Amino acid sequence: MPDFWFFLEVLVGGLLSGTMYALVALGFVLIYKASSVFNFAQGAMVFFAVLSFVGFMELGLPFWAALPVTVGLMILVGMGTERFVLRPLVNQSEDTLLMATIGLAFVIEGVAQLAWGVDVRRLDLGIRDEPINWVMDKTGMLVSQLDVTAALVAGIMVAALALLFSHTKVGRGLRAVADDHAAALSIGIPLKHIWMLVWATAGVVALVAGMLWGARSGVQFALVWVALKALPVLIIGGFTSVPGVILAGLIVGAIEKIGEVFIGPYVGGGIEGWSPYMLAVLFLLIRPEGLFGEKIIRRV
Amino acid sequence: MNVSVAPAVDRSAAVQAAAQPPVLAVKNIEVIYNHVILVLRGVSLEVPQGKIVALLGGNGAGKSTTLKSISTLLASERGAVTKGSIEFRGQRTDQLTPGELVGMGLVQVMEGRHCFGHLTAEENLITGAYARSIGRAQLREELDRIYAYFPRLKVRRSSLAGYTSGGEQQMIAIGRAMMAKPSMLLLDEPSMGLAPQIVAEIFEIVRDLNQKEGVSILLAEQNTNVALKYADYGYILESGRIMLDGPAKALAENKDVKEFYLGMSSEGRKSFRDMKSYRRRKRWV
Repeated sequence: MPDFWFFLEVLVGGLLSGTMYALVALGFVLIYKASSVFNFAQGAMVFFAVLSFVGFMELGLPFWAALPVTVGLMILVGMGTERFVLRPLVNQSEDTLLMATIGLAFVIEGVAQLAWGVDVRRLDLGIRDEPINWVMDKTGMLVSQLDVTAALVAGIMVAALALLFSHTKVGRGLRAVADDHAAALSIGIPLKHIWMLVWATAGVVALVAGMLWGARSGVQFALVWVALKALPVLIIGGFTSVPGVILAGLIVGAIEKIGEVFIGPYVGGGIEGWSPYMLAVLFLLIRPEGLFGEKIIRRV
Repeated sequence: MNVSVAPAVDRSAAVQAAAQPPVLAVKNIEVIYNHVILVLRGVSLEVPQGKIVALLGGNGAGKSTTLKSISTLLASERGAVTKGSIEFRGQRTDQLTPGELVGMGLVQVMEGRHCFGHLTAEENLITGAYARSIGRAQLREELDRIYAYFPRLKVRRSSLAGYTSGGEQQMIAIGRAMMAKPSMLLLDEPSMGLAPQIVAEIFEIVRDLNQKEGVSILLAEQNTNVALKYADYGYILESGRIMLDGPAKALAENKDVKEFYLGMSSEGRKSFRDMKSYRRRKRWV
């Protein structure tokens, strides 16, 4: 196989896994936009969502019943978060909110394991992590079916959310809330509804991300750490930008795979784990708001 | 405690006021922050339909607190009205949320403007109509109505609000509040940090809104001079109490107001430095 096809295979593999990072990062962006807080509980939500989904299937629900039930559950989690965590903390500093999400993460992780146990589960979505045959026949590249499906799903969700933010009344309200809670309150934007909506949406995004990751690497507690992979994506893309995290997800996915295959051997390998973070550090130095993040506007 | 400076109130206005209940009536409210800090100690005031009423006083007198108690934004700052009542159009506001009050036609323009910095000027205005369910065409009409009052905003419509000047931000804030189609505005220090020319421009617009749209206005200001020029009636607040109230013209002529708030005395203009603070205390509290 010529080198070019091999490079392309690595690149495509990287880009496709990058969409999965982007999907996780999307949950963070949603919440950051509305509550201006880095939601430490996002990883826990991913874990909780997919564990519940598998749990419902084990209870005998078919796939198509378990999905809406879990979506409903995640909406409840979102509403509960608004009621018991955010509402009492209106107008508190962002640090306070951040600490609250750390607490929330422990609660969600605990409840998840209390309810469904700690065993590693398998999740079969009916899509196999195997190369697509006709791509292999035509070009010799190995491109996983699961990766392609995941990328498609991520793409659709991202497009939908981007439209929601920029073109709808709710999206405008959401951006207003992100800018200034007090002013949003003063002109009658219902903070409650917006927060509920956003946390519920983030819960659903967490479910989708969890299902895709779970199908690939098993439904287990380690899914909580998938959220950490989203951190460099967020820093590179900007905490507030939906298109930003998509692009950053692709960049991170590509860099880590290409780095591992082509640069790794020179430094003893194993750079997949940390190369995205190095890139994130570079971004923090050069362009702290990320590729598409909102510039910090400050009048002097 | 209230000292009325003008016994010779315009009779017809008094009769009218008696016939028509005030839009806003604040009755003897006491406000405590964090359960311990007493900020307002029995404030009463009224805003008649279609009038501009100024609430004057120095830093920390309780002007903003009074406005926030009315709009119920106080709740999110750990403040609470512990005594007295506030009625807007005859309905008590203490159980209402700011959003519900906006729906009833009472909107506060907060101190320090509070624009949505990452939204454009026009998007800022549009968010003002969030609570109203209106269609695109009507929204367009409403925007044009606001742009007629603030032609400057029309020019700056697609700039991010965070990048506009202080005066423009104040205009955005007022315009945004007007998009909710309020019957009453609470303006908190619209003159803050602005050049005198811009202050005059903004107050002219406020008067315009008052006259053409019939919006009643309660205005908290430190700039006594400008506020009394545009207001119909004034209250002077000091250390959480109303010290003096009367028609704006009478207040502007009042000897104490001149001395304490306008920097004038019988001997002409006087530096604030020469004023003895014990005298202030003796006279006022």
